[in-house]
Amino acid sequence: MANFYTDNPGLKFQLSHPLMKKIVTLKENNFADKDTYDYAPRDFEDAIDSYDKVMEIIGEIAGDVIAPNAEDVDHEGPHVENSRIIYAKGTQENHDALVKAGVYGISLPREFGGLNFCMVPYLMSADIVCRADAGFGNIWGLQDCAETIHEFASKEIKDEFLPRVVNEGATCSMDLTEPDAGSDLQAVMLKATYNEKDGWWYLNGVKRFITNGDAEIKLVLARSEEGTSDGRGLSYFVVDNPKDASLKVRRIENKMGIKGSPTAELVFTNVKAKLVGQRRLGLIKYVMSLMNGARLGIGGQSVGISEAAYREALAYAKDRVQFGKAIIEFPAVYEMLSLMKAKLDASRALLYETTRFVDVYKAYDLVAEKRPLDKDEKEDQKTYNKLADGFTPLLKLMSSEYANQNTYDSIQVHGGSGFMKDYACERLYRDARITSIYEGTSQLQVVAAIRHVTTGAYLAQMRAYLSEKVTPELEGLRTRLSAMADLYEKRITKVVDKKDNEYIDFHARRMVEMAGYIIMGCLLVSDATRNDEFVKSAEVFVNYAEAEVTKNASFIKSLNHKNIGLYKQL
Amino acid sequence: MGLKIVVLAKQVPDTRNVGKDAMKADGTVNRAALAAIFNPEDLNALEQALRLKDKYEGSTVSILTMGPGRAAEIIRESLYRGADDGFLLTDRAFAGSDTLATSYALSCAIKNFSKVDVIICGRQAIDGDTAQVGPQVAEKIGWPQITYAEEILECTSQKIVVKRRLEKGIEIVEGKLPMLVTVNSSAPECRPRNAKLVMKFKHAKTISEKQAGDQDYIDLVDERPYLNINEWSVNEIQADANWLGLKGSPTKVKEIENVVFQAKESKRLSPDDFDIESLMRELIANHTIG
Repeated sequence: MANFYTDNPGLKFQLSHPLMKKIVTLKENNFADKDTYDYAPRDFEDAIDSYDKVMEIIGEIAGDVIAPNAEDVDHEGPHVENSRIIYAKGTQENHDALVKAGVYGISLPREFGGLNFCMVPYLMSADIVCRADAGFGNIWGLQDCAETIHEFASKEIKDEFLPRVVNEGATCSMDLTEPDAGSDLQAVMLKATYNEKDGWWYLNGVKRFITNGDAEIKLVLARSEEGTSDGRGLSYFVVDNPKDASLKVRRIENKMGIKGSPTAELVFTNVKAKLVGQRRLGLIKYVMSLMNGARLGIGGQSVGISEAAYREALAYAKDRVQFGKAIIEFPAVYEMLSLMKAKLDASRALLYETTRFVDVYKAYDLVAEKRPLDKDEKEDQKTYNKLADGFTPLLKLMSSEYANQNTYDSIQVHGGSGFMKDYACERLYRDARITSIYEGTSQLQVVAAIRHVTTGAYLAQMRAYLSEKVTPELEGLRTRLSAMADLYEKRITKVVDKKDNEYIDFHARRMVEMAGYIIMGCLLVSDATRNDEFVKSAEVFVNYAEAEVTKNASFIKSLNHKNIGLYKQL
Repeated sequence: MGLKIVVLAKQVPDTRNVGKDAMKADGTVNRAALAAIFNPEDLNALEQALRLKDKYEGSTVSILTMGPGRAAEIIRESLYRGADDGFLLTDRAFAGSDTLATSYALSCAIKNFSKVDVIICGRQAIDGDTAQVGPQVAEKIGWPQITYAEEILECTSQKIVVKRRLEKGIEIVEGKLPMLVTVNSSAPECRPRNAKLVMKFKHAKTISEKQAGDQDYIDLVDERPYLNINEWSVNEIQADANWLGLKGSPTKVKEIENVVFQAKESKRLSPDDFDIESLMRELIANHTIG
């Protein structure tokens, strides 16, 4: 009888953010669906109430079904039988429960049977589900593909595939990587050939590391333009998995973590496919869009893992007695726990802030389908689009690193017991490890984020946060964050003024992380202004952030830019 | 041809999480200290009803419950899971009813429905644990009954086939409609609330709730008939008040004893084969099992 939504008031708190009114009103197109669909909201309060109630359903399934299944799923894992993937028993149960609850298609429009929720509750569902089982979170999260189909495919494709996600719980996969195309997707070789006679595209080749590779609905990146060798020759296709010899699962990987989520190597032999959107835009437009959604999803997954890791550690520290008292009473342990909580709360604050930015600009896209946007609206959309672009890699970087740190510390709190398979922290530690790798490594997130350091976009946003009203007791924290922003500005000016790209790249991670610490600190202060529950985390996080910012600033200051050669290994 | 199914359900105090203040000094249940929940086996019963609805096109599931105004909550919970409508039997005259008076009231209410094929209810409620109400309702309306059901395998106009879970095994029995079935907790758990149904029915109210000042979306409730939860009083079910409430309840609680588990009755075992085997031998020897 656990509910991973109602036992965590920090989630409902996010539904009360002031920006939600704007997001929901745009997304619901002024509640135009209210007389057409019996489940559509009448007004803003009604919509938020629906979000709350549906999160409660997902929270209950996460607490009562998914979490209790997690250990068995981790041990059993999926397997391949006659070239098809069979999920672990628990994985199938989790999926079936969510299908029955009618929550797949959570963000799809009602005309396709979806719930038409904005991104905030969608990411919240990922946060909740991943706390229960991060591996299963991937199967849940891949409904992002439906979002891509909705955004870019023809009406015919939408009508064919989208209702299946909602009604049958058809699962999705995005088939991008190949043996020689990982981080560099421009090298994709899987071949797509158009057959004039029957009007179908046919796919031939191999895909590797495909999450949920035997899904019913597959989005496949393939080379449609013969003779090309870069990203401009790639198109995006949708495949209705034939589940026959033309599309074989050659093997599934034996992974360190997220073991319930099957990772497959696939062989395509004349697999029938339909083109999504336009030719040649596969990588440069559609996958890029999907990737941003996926990175946001990893943010949700990371926060869910952090939450689980913190709770496991807290419960153990209260329970475990050594030297005559519970270990939580020792400074070495309680400091570790409070920092875990602060990192968790900071990650969550950044997750929902980023998601709100994405929500605003995506909601404007929906409005634009109905009527042209006016000048102010276009300007507003552009602003939020930029903010979302800047915050997404920052979120992915910081939250995934914190998920790793928190699961590491969770084991540390457990001591020797944590190293045993008997405790959940061991699984969480393995599950967390992938978050800073897939959908773009932390290093690639820095590459995506550095632009927002050098253009001053992060700094401008920090200044905007620092000009907001805070309660008197938080003034001190704001002053310190303000000083950190000044120091950050000084150091980036020093680095950028050298006009040496290698030097910028060398310090990129340090600078991006500094921005991350300060922005997360600002967000926690803002949360603490609205709710006292966050005051403690805000204080703990700012103490920590100040030390980290100073450390990075000191390194940048003391290293002569001519000496970076010292770090080159032959 | 669809089935008309009525599920009998009860809102009960959550006796699974009993704290210190669960009982009052006078030995009665302190309902204020315990959360009010959907009786667990009635949820198993609802699931069986919903499965029949899924299987036999055109079937409908109605929930019938007796209790105070707040029992409307379990009707909404049923609507969220796929029930078609709900009926709340509520009246001061019902207060204090034991199983005899309760089954009398429910049987009168059943007569209000035009044609019912199957009545399904949980075996027993976790507050009283009597397992009497289902069988008594069947007797009062003159229907046959199948108790301890784990699964309703088939239900057509010709026959109903039910798998029963008994102490020492299972039994498959057949009967003719109409039939009352009581369902065990070993039956499949109830499905989760469905997101769209929750959003559709979340504003559903009884007339008392409306009158008590719950004005939220009242225009919507007036506009959409399915958002009105039916409420029946004594008059609406044509019951004789002498057979209801305390007056109609021969059961009298003489005394309530608080049983405290003594540590000396416990026994510590090591988690090894030897200890487990000797425990098994002991339990078989004293006929606790086997």
